[in-house]
Amino acid sequence: MVRRILFLIVKEFLAVWRDPRSRAILVVPPIVQLLIFSFAMTQEVKEVRMAVLNRDLGVQSRELIERFAGSPYFASVLPVAGDTAAHATLDAADVLLILEIGEDFSRDLAAARPAQVQVLLDGRRSNAAQIVEGYAEQIVEVYNQDRLAEKGGPLPSSVLVSRAWFNPNLTSRWSTVPGLIGALTMLLGMVVTALSVARERELGTFEQLLVSPLRPLEILVGKAVPAFLIGIGEASAILAIAVFGLHVPFIGSLALLYAGMTVYLAAVIGVGLFISSLVSTQQQAILGAFTFFAPAILLSGFVTPVENMPDWLEPLTLVDPMRYFTVISRGVFLKAMPAGEVMQNLWPMALIAAFTLSAAALQFGRRLR
Amino acid sequence: MQATKPPDPPRPAAGGSARRVAALVRKELLQILRDPSSILIAGILPLLLLFLFGYGVSLDLKNVAVCVVVETPTPEASSFAASFVHSRFFAMREVRDRRACEADLVAGRIKGIVALPAPYSARAARGESSPIEVLVDGSDPNTAGLVQNYALGLWRTWLSQEQVSNAGAAAAPVTLVPRFWYNPAHESAQFLLPGLVAVNMTLIGTLLTALVMAREWERGTMEALMSTPIGTIELLAGKLAPYFLLGMAAMALSVGSAVLVFDVPFRGSFMALSAISAVFLLCMLAFGLLVSTLARNQFVASQAALIVGFLPAIMLSGFLFEISSMPAPIRILTYIMPARYFVPSLQTLFLVGDIAAILVPNGLAMAAITIVLLIAVGRVTRLRLD
Repeated sequence: MVRRILFLIVKEFLAVWRDPRSRAILVVPPIVQLLIFSFAMTQEVKEVRMAVLNRDLGVQSRELIERFAGSPYFASVLPVAGDTAAHATLDAADVLLILEIGEDFSRDLAAARPAQVQVLLDGRRSNAAQIVEGYAEQIVEVYNQDRLAEKGGPLPSSVLVSRAWFNPNLTSRWSTVPGLIGALTMLLGMVVTALSVARERELGTFEQLLVSPLRPLEILVGKAVPAFLIGIGEASAILAIAVFGLHVPFIGSLALLYAGMTVYLAAVIGVGLFISSLVSTQQQAILGAFTFFAPAILLSGFVTPVENMPDWLEPLTLVDPMRYFTVISRGVFLKAMPAGEVMQNLWPMALIAAFTLSAAALQFGRRLR
Repeated sequence: MQATKPPDPPRPAAGGSARRVAALVRKELLQILRDPSSILIAGILPLLLLFLFGYGVSLDLKNVAVCVVVETPTPEASSFAASFVHSRFFAMREVRDRRACEADLVAGRIKGIVALPAPYSARAARGESSPIEVLVDGSDPNTAGLVQNYALGLWRTWLSQEQVSNAGAAAAPVTLVPRFWYNPAHESAQFLLPGLVAVNMTLIGTLLTALVMAREWERGTMEALMSTPIGTIELLAGKLAPYFLLGMAAMALSVGSAVLVFDVPFRGSFMALSAISAVFLLCMLAFGLLVSTLARNQFVASQAALIVGFLPAIMLSGFLFEISSMPAPIRILTYIMPARYFVPSLQTLFLVGDIAAILVPNGLAMAAITIVLLIAVGRVTRLRLD
């Protein structure tokens, strides 16, 4: 029996490897995607273009504007003359933010009255706008502190000091790359299981396997093991590029990451084989795989945090293996996550793998009869 | 490509071309109506994705779990801690010792620690500033940045209230009043949903043609069609027209649900929306046709539709990620992605209105890509025929 399965595994490898097109699909896109997406997936906001609508004639307003212009966050400061011009630049999305200074600004400051400035932000890009608002707040904060220090008046009772752990400069790439390992491995796992079995079924070669002396469970193992090995190989390649090429820090335990990867791949392959056991044409397999992996990737916490979802949707993410792997991968990469925490995210994936793999075995067996 | 075109086979009559296309369109429409998978792609899939992502993909923080460390409870410390209790962004837990929640930060159970150190009260009594420390989980940089901003906002509000209650402390000379135009509550759904509509249309447009056409090549029915007196352009027109109608119906469905279910305002005109969507859909259909004609099998066609169509529409369109922050080579790459032009057009049409300065250049860019793709499709199809 072991020999039969071994033969099947070798045959599967050869089938994938001999076809230049499927070989290309396994090797080229994941690497290209890793390189493109790891740089593209950034919510950082840099070199913002801003406009200034200054109705004040005093020195103080010019000094404040200088601070914006001198800040590394803002690339260019465009002066606008009036409300209409300001509206037009924001409408056309030429700038993300307009600093509006009223005519009393310098007078208020000179008289030690609280002065106000407005920032108008483009709500079309509300996330970027919120981040830029934070930059503007920081600039005004420093300006205030400097003014108070100059005047020698009493200091505020406290100052706020912010620090980011695990990723001090909040570099997007450090968090997207560990997540991309999960996403790209899932895409690959779906291709080598769901789609390839469905193609074999359409070509009739899968029926040949079914009439061979192999039992359904053996066929399942013969399909799962090569997919698993290909997946581990690819994940290792991505890991190597991430650490040595993209310089994402890896401070945790490699063994724990591989433990997570093993169980995650088993779950992904389980889902893929389960889909392939249900469908009979390639088109159904593609649609089935797609309806699984698009939500699985987007709702995993990889793109946006799971906690932001409405409460009724969150339970749905519990059956998403990538949700757990993303936690493990980011945790091991950046936080040196301890084994206990990794375990907590490991067993739900193991459960998903056990369920989908046995369901696929049952379904293959039923097809045989 | 051949330099000289072989003479066309004799055509029956001038009106024949329109009749042939009409017949082909009728045949395709019947085929679509009888094939459940096209209806699935154009009807069920977009709604499923829009609802799942409309609710699931959100950048709005709510109930962010934070730990507030109050080493010595003083009136100031408790009043500051209380402002976290009242905030709708935070769900806070108060502890005495920071070590009690550092493991939670590693596990990801909390997103930040706000520490009020022990000498806080003593320094405050002496009139010195004492530092309040905000530690955030940098493994999710976007959330970390927003948590920092919100904590700063809370602190500033608290500080000004304190100053009102005990006069004499310095008031901040300048305060910043932010106003978010077009989206006053800065809800992420308002800008994500127009983007999702674009992602949806990319998916539908490419999958429809890529899968369905590749299947025809695979089964040989495409060759059968080509052996009829129909010309290449007529064939393409006949193939595109029914899927175009189906795609526009899916578009109406997506826009309708965005407005009616998710309460995204629509401030542009119906005409501008139809025009810009038509150009984009045509572009996606042409892309799907090209992929399926080149690949000629569903396996490769579906992979290509995903890798070159769907994923870039999410990653490289500006829908979630900032194009202006990407490194130059990738920023240049985004210029050949049609979704890059469609996403800002839709965001503007939904939230701002008919702004020619945005719609016209983006529309022209998509039209240019469409023309290039259609010419390529025509050439490749003719090559296949020879």
